Amino acid sequence: MSASIATGAVKSAPTVRRSGQKVRTLPFVAPAVLILLVWMIVPLAMTLYFSAMRYNLLNPVVEFAGIGNYQYLLEDPSLWTSMWNTLVLVGSVLVITVVAGTLLAVLFDQDFPGRGVARLFAIAPFFVMPTVSALIWKNLLMHPINGIFGWFSRLFGFQPVDWFAEYPMTAVIMIVSWQWIPFALLILLTAIQSLDNEQKEAARMDGAGPISMFFFIILPHLGRAISVVVMIETIFLLTVFAEIFVTTSGGPGLATTNLAFLIYVRALLEYDVGGASAGGVIAIILANIVAFFVVRTVARNLEA
Amino acid sequence: MDSSKSKIGVFILGWGAALVIFFPILWMLLTGFKTEVEAISTPPKLFFTPTLENYYAVFERADYMSFAINSIVISVVATALAILIAVPAAYAMAFFPTKRTRGTLLWMLSTKMMPPVGVLVPMYLLFRDFGILDTRTGLIIIYTLMNLPIVIWMLYTFFKEVPGEILEAGRMDGARARQEVTELLLPLALPGIASTALLSIILCWNEAFWSLNLSAHNAAPLTAFIASFSSPEGLFWAKLSAASTLAIAPILVFGWMSQRQLVRGLTFGAVK
Repeated sequence: MSASIATGAVKSAPTVRRSGQKVRTLPFVAPAVLILLVWMIVPLAMTLYFSAMRYNLLNPVVEFAGIGNYQYLLEDPSLWTSMWNTLVLVGSVLVITVVAGTLLAVLFDQDFPGRGVARLFAIAPFFVMPTVSALIWKNLLMHPINGIFGWFSRLFGFQPVDWFAEYPMTAVIMIVSWQWIPFALLILLTAIQSLDNEQKEAARMDGAGPISMFFFIILPHLGRAISVVVMIETIFLLTVFAEIFVTTSGGPGLATTNLAFLIYVRALLEYDVGGASAGGVIAIILANIVAFFVVRTVARNLEA
Repeated sequence: MDSSKSKIGVFILGWGAALVIFFPILWMLLTGFKTEVEAISTPPKLFFTPTLENYYAVFERADYMSFAINSIVISVVATALAILIAVPAAYAMAFFPTKRTRGTLLWMLSTKMMPPVGVLVPMYLLFRDFGILDTRTGLIIIYTLMNLPIVIWMLYTFFKEVPGEILEAGRMDGARARQEVTELLLPLALPGIASTALLSIILCWNEAFWSLNLSAHNAAPLTAFIASFSSPEGLFWAKLSAASTLAIAPILVFGWMSQRQLVRGLTFGAVK
């Protein structure tokens, strides 16, 4: 489905109904718009307001701080550590899920006995609530003494790895990747299956092997779907929270504290409303840079 | 390469990959039927006499049912509310598009891009001031708002597929807008509405940012209940596994049922 077809449909969309009857649409759309408007503006305005206030829930005195909270936050090394952690987490999970998702999508596009059932198994992790996946991985799989991974490494004569002490960020990345590979697989498989069979057949007639088929036919076709996966995942991955909350609590030290967790610590554990709000504003700015590209991509495809 | 050989290769690779990905869930399922001693034994026990004692234990904890009921009530009510608000809007935008429709839809999508942590502080304070911290009402409000854009988008795409002529024929007969929606559109679009509802329920059920931050005990859903197993003194693997299995089973089934529509809903129709 090319962009030009989509825009063509927009232009030719009938604006006047054959019945000629005018229908007032405002009363239908207004409630949803109003509700979303309030939901967007009120918290945003409050975050901006608090970010300019010196306000701690333990201290009744609220005073204007100007850019003080931002200044304090920007000079605080834990902000930069958590920004870096956020970046590492988002980047690694994106690379892992897109590569694995693409390979799996190509695999599940092939016909083999029981494919439908195997596909259901492969997408299952996406429907598991984050707290469950984090705890299952942390205990049943990654526990150095009783976990399956530890047993495996002893089986092959290696020292078991204490994942959350030695490689905490790697452990979190593994859990989050496991949750998101099915999402990439689902989207990319849908995209591959929309590929024209005739085109594939023609390429095969011209003597294209499976490898050149993948690089010259399938991968270019997947470009847009991959960009959609990257953008949607980025929005969610920027604010990974529950997985960190139940496994490492941001530690050891700050090793797995991302921006979302830092804001949580500031707001609900240290009661620093001003500082947490300033962090929130930074998170919103980061997300909006990504959101800009998401909305643009979706807009191109929207048939009005 | 011999084609029958490559067929076998694809079969092994496909099932191998699927089972590796599914393994943690499978292992959890098995562990839920072991005794606590078997659950932490090394080497891991593959063959054991299954027991239901963990499931009894989970149900006997008086509060388990209250967490489960919270999850059900919050997901279902929030979904119903979102659909109630979204149907009129999606109806108007799908059948009577104006110059502003495209912009409105994209703007709605953009509200979904606000990261929850960005507004955690004001939501927490508002909830505190309105006295709805740790209440079902509070979580229902948040979840309704959280899913409203996705619900509108999905309903919009499903409504677009209903032929306008059928509705117009009804309109000639003098059907009023309300009747047009309830008597003509809703029955026609029922499969689409059902899968939209399923997706919304899945998203509510698994939501773990607001539920962990805005609920403590009274309104806490299953996501928060499972999180309570993370404390070191709460490490009962077999019971954790049984409770987890109960918490994800219904949603896994819903997810399998609605996987196709899920792609649409989560990508806002950008991948078909």
